[in-house]
Amino acid sequence: MPPAPAAEEFDLATVAIRDLNAALHAVPHGTNRRHFRVTNPRGAHSIAVGLTEPVQVDVMGPTGYYCAGMNKNATIEIHGHAGPGVAENIMSGVVRVRGNASQYAAASGRGGLVIIEGDAATRCGISMKGVDIVVGGSVGAMSAFLAQRGTLVVLGDAGENLGDSLYEARIFVRGKVASLGGDCVAKEMRANHLAKLDRLLKAAGFDADPGSFTRYGSARKLYHFHADQADHY
Amino acid sequence: MEEKPTAGPVLRESATFPPRVVAEVHRAADEGVYEIRGFGAKRRLPTFDDLVLLGASISRYPLEGYRERCDTDVTIGTRFAKRPVHLKIPVTIAGMSYGSLGTRAKGALGQAATMLGTSTTTGDGGMTDEERAASKTLVYQVLPSRYGMSPDDLRRADAIEVVVGQGAKPGGGGMLLGQKVSERVAAMRDLPVGVDQRSASRHPDWTGPDDLQIKIEELREVTDWQKPVYVKVGATRVKYDVMLAVKAGADAVVVDGMQGGTAATQDVFIENVGIPTLPAVRLAVEALQELDMHRKVQLIVSGGIRSGADVAKALALGADAVSIGVAALLALGCNRAEHVADYRALGTAPGYCHHCHTGRCPVGVATTDPALEQRLDVDVAARRVRNFVSTMVLETTTLARACGKSHVRNLEPEDLAALTVEAAAMARVPLAGTDWIPGWGKSG
Ligand code: SF4
Repeated sequence: MPPAPAAEEFDLATVAIRDLNAALHAVPHGTNRRHFRVTNPRGAHSIAVGLTEPVQVDVMGPTGYYCAGMNKNATIEIHGHAGPGVAENIMSGVVRVRGNASQYAAASGRGGLVIIEGDAATRCGISMKGVDIVVGGSVGAMSAFLAQRGTLVVLGDAGENLGDSLYEARIFVRGKVASLGGDCVAKEMRANHLAKLDRLLKAAGFDADPGSFTRYGSARKLYHFHADQADHY
Repeated sequence: MEEKPTAGPVLRESATFPPRVVAEVHRAADEGVYEIRGFGAKRRLPTFDDLVLLGASISRYPLEGYRERCDTDVTIGTRFAKRPVHLKIPVTIAGMSYGSLGTRAKGALGQAATMLGTSTTTGDGGMTDEERAASKTLVYQVLPSRYGMSPDDLRRADAIEVVVGQGAKPGGGGMLLGQKVSERVAAMRDLPVGVDQRSASRHPDWTGPDDLQIKIEELREVTDWQKPVYVKVGATRVKYDVMLAVKAGADAVVVDGMQGGTAATQDVFIENVGIPTLPAVRLAVEALQELDMHRKVQLIVSGGIRSGADVAKALALGADAVSIGVAALLALGCNRAEHVADYRALGTAPGYCHHCHTGRCPVGVATTDPALEQRLDVDVAARRVRNFVSTMVLETTTLARACGKSHVRNLEPEDLAALTVEAAAMARVPLAGTDWIPGWGKSG
């Protein structure tokens, strides 16, 4: 078997974001050009957005807004901290942040796996629609706000109003929860939840006991308007 | 012996609590929830009816109606997009979701837009394959809820519209009552079937104009800078919003006045939030002019546009195009006197219906119920919309020719006069018979 080609490098000190994304979008389907390295990102916005091919992209430093936004199939690893909206609306593939993530991480994500090894700021998983998110540290306030589908796993603590106005997404938190948002309640951890959590922790590369987490989900009281729930509207 | 007729009691209506208000108090007392309904504002508002066009005579030459050309085309997205949108007419179809409307209604709108050489727009629920197939030019909305949001749909759209707000509810989030959240709608929106869908009023991944600029750049990067990016706002602080949208990099700005329609919104919102379309156009044009961006960033105006007269007046005030929603639904068949018993069952009548929120649309437009949807013949409905919009365009060119214009975009504020002091102040054109613009002294 021929050796895999070396990673192609894009140095953002000299290459424009437009040229980087155009090159990544132009990768032909089924190519053996599979590995790309982005150096000197220095907080630039929209790095590696809208990818569609199952390539590996290593971003060697901190990113600005929306790195890996709307990702499909690609595996994108940020070797540094990620700015706001990392992996927003991710459809599939894997995005890993080696550092912390700013607000709105994986916002409205519809599939795939997002791993944040450090902490995630406010609104992590806001409006999530099927993505799985595993956070090694803690998440900020209003995380999983209006979360519809998918799973948010937090190995640390969660800030205020976790899971406010939740639909059918699942939340697992190992640490303390500052407060739960409207319609979000602690729920019984059943065997299928433990199995799912175990799978996700393993996929994300964390060694943690699923039994040490608490599961949160929707009380489903806001699904149909009722005058007695008006305070929540 | 015949009884003498006696005078009945003299009923005296309260100005503060007329019967309509009394009924609403009783309804709220029974139900404990605000009224939710469809359609747009029903209260009387200043409109384009309060303006008149000044046809040519001795000081201006009119163009001959059947011989001299009056063009209507418009190009949107000339600022940054590699592929601007070219439309044959300055009337587009506004965003309305699959879910609030059925597949057949969406398909008919797409077919009509294609026949007319104009664009139609998705809505708060994603893009359907049927809609994409029916529409030659399709604008894809990116909304706060992000229901059904997909980069594949971004790529297969012809333009992108970032919706910050809409005229019926500036500052409000989406709403779709459980009876309309069918299996397909629920699957597209990643929601459980039958829930009352509540959605956010703010985008999940940006707040403020600086973020919006970065968001627009991301959308352009994802789509390789091919497509025009519009920003749509509900008309409130129009001047600031238009300026900020331009600063954020919009190719086009859509300003939706408070008469703009909705499928389901709180009545209190529809009737009390936002400003009418008439002053909104003028404020938007002023904002663009101040930035030297008028005609460079295109302005699309919507909210209660019903006729060629409205189109001509909006263009004369400086809009590049208009967008129609409710008027297009009416053309499809909304409020037609068919299936009258079903209107009655909803507690309404043809001509008065605003019951899109119920999912029981008597004419099969605002429903996803398969049986009701069958009432809409797609080809017939598409032809009706085509006929209606063609009529609007004919009316517009008739008026433009009368003002001596060989292209509808050449209509200008100087072609207008106002019939009321309010309209003169709002549109900033002189009160008819005077050279007075309230708040501005003499015109010119
Ligand atoms: S007829 Fe249908 S589309 Fe028209 S207002 Fe009534 S429910 Fe809505």
